[in-house]
Amino acid sequence: MMAANAIIQVANLSKAFGENEVLRDITVDVAPREVLVVIGPSGSGKSTFLRCLNLLEQPSGGEIVIDGKPLLAKGTDIVAMRAELGMVFQQFNLFPHLKVLDNITLGPVRIRKWPVAKAREKAMELLRKVGLEDKAEVYPASLSGGQAQRVAIARALAMEPKIMLFDEPTSALDPEMVGEVLAVMKQLAKEGMTMVVVTHEMGFAREVGDRVLFMEQGRIVEQGPPEALFERPQQERTKAFLSKVL
Amino acid sequence: MDFRFDIIEDYFPLLMRGTLYTICISLASIVIGSILGLGVGLGKMSRFWFLRWPMQSYINFFRGTPLLVQIFIVHFALVPLFYGKTNAIAAGVIALSLNAAAYTAEIYRAGIQSIDKGQTEAALSIGMTPWQAMRFVVLPQAIKRMIPAFGNEFIVLLKDSSLLTFITVPEIMYWSNAMKNQYIRVWEPFLTAALIYFILTYTLNKLLVWLERKVQA
Repeated sequence: MMAANAIIQVANLSKAFGENEVLRDITVDVAPREVLVVIGPSGSGKSTFLRCLNLLEQPSGGEIVIDGKPLLAKGTDIVAMRAELGMVFQQFNLFPHLKVLDNITLGPVRIRKWPVAKAREKAMELLRKVGLEDKAEVYPASLSGGQAQRVAIARALAMEPKIMLFDEPTSALDPEMVGEVLAVMKQLAKEGMTMVVVTHEMGFAREVGDRVLFMEQGRIVEQGPPEALFERPQQERTKAFLSKVL
Repeated sequence: MDFRFDIIEDYFPLLMRGTLYTICISLASIVIGSILGLGVGLGKMSRFWFLRWPMQSYINFFRGTPLLVQIFIVHFALVPLFYGKTNAIAAGVIALSLNAAAYTAEIYRAGIQSIDKGQTEAALSIGMTPWQAMRFVVLPQAIKRMIPAFGNEFIVLLKDSSLLTFITVPEIMYWSNAMKNQYIRVWEPFLTAALIYFILTYTLNKLLVWLERKVQA
């Protein structure tokens, strides 16, 4: 199952909080430039799965190999690995004490040790990309949800990650703002970014996803190309879920 | 009742020198105490019991015993233990600092824990170490919220520094007591001392309100 060229390789991943098993025996690979969309009912473990990929959650068992490096092996520099994985959160988690531009340059300046001028130039370029260059000097509190999430995407991209992880990026947004965030994500996918996206946006999954993975009760129930999974789901549970959300 | 302003005038230079001592000792103690307190507070939040346990004991001891007792222990026992002889001013600063560390540790802990976990996660996700996340993301936000509590602690400490008169530190209370002994008068020395302390705490309070407003803006 482990394709040699996969940029993310997950094998037999499990996670338990005490007695509560949240992930059971998850095995999945992601190819470079692939967009993997993870769907499933709430509590299915899809966010936990995503958070295990950059070790915001410590897995209970299994293996994760990112870009050839085993994440859970002793001696792996987890901090350096995380810098290669951009993450976008449901609640944006922008740093409220820093202006938009400084939110974006913090990582490159403090971690990558870029000169400030170079970091700011890159940050402005990213802000233009997400359509917010006029917001560089404001504080996050004055942004709308959709704007905040686009800044959060720019902040993650500033570290020039190899992979982007999205944890329900549009779930906390007012409906009219979902589109602007999805548009940025679409653009990113088109540019060839490897993405793992946990979402309830079935339209996005169908349009942008190369592969859709349906999870329930901590297991992968079914996966496949979006048209196959949405049009001809094989498992009863997948059918039941899709009939509720489509 | 007659009120002798002339003896206050007489002692004015000494009281002013005492005020300077009070200010300097309080300032040094709050600075040292806040730095120590950060260490104690972080230690108390550690996931390692061998850091957590001693720091909790430290806090319990300094919050659970009278400051005067702590001052005497430092002055008569702790400082002589390390230097052979004691020094009242050094002992005073050490005792007040150690005491302030215990209280500020709790202020840090409460402030840090009030910051949403998502902030730390976002910092870690861009590749920061836990310490960088604390230093660049959590602490700058937490400290804003801590300012009122720090202000209270500073004011308490400034007033408590009057206890140092018992180990002969020449601060405000020391000189008013000397005044009492010289003239056998009680109202003039202690009302004057009270007024000086009040001016100090009142000014400090105004300063803190201003600072809080400035940081919030």
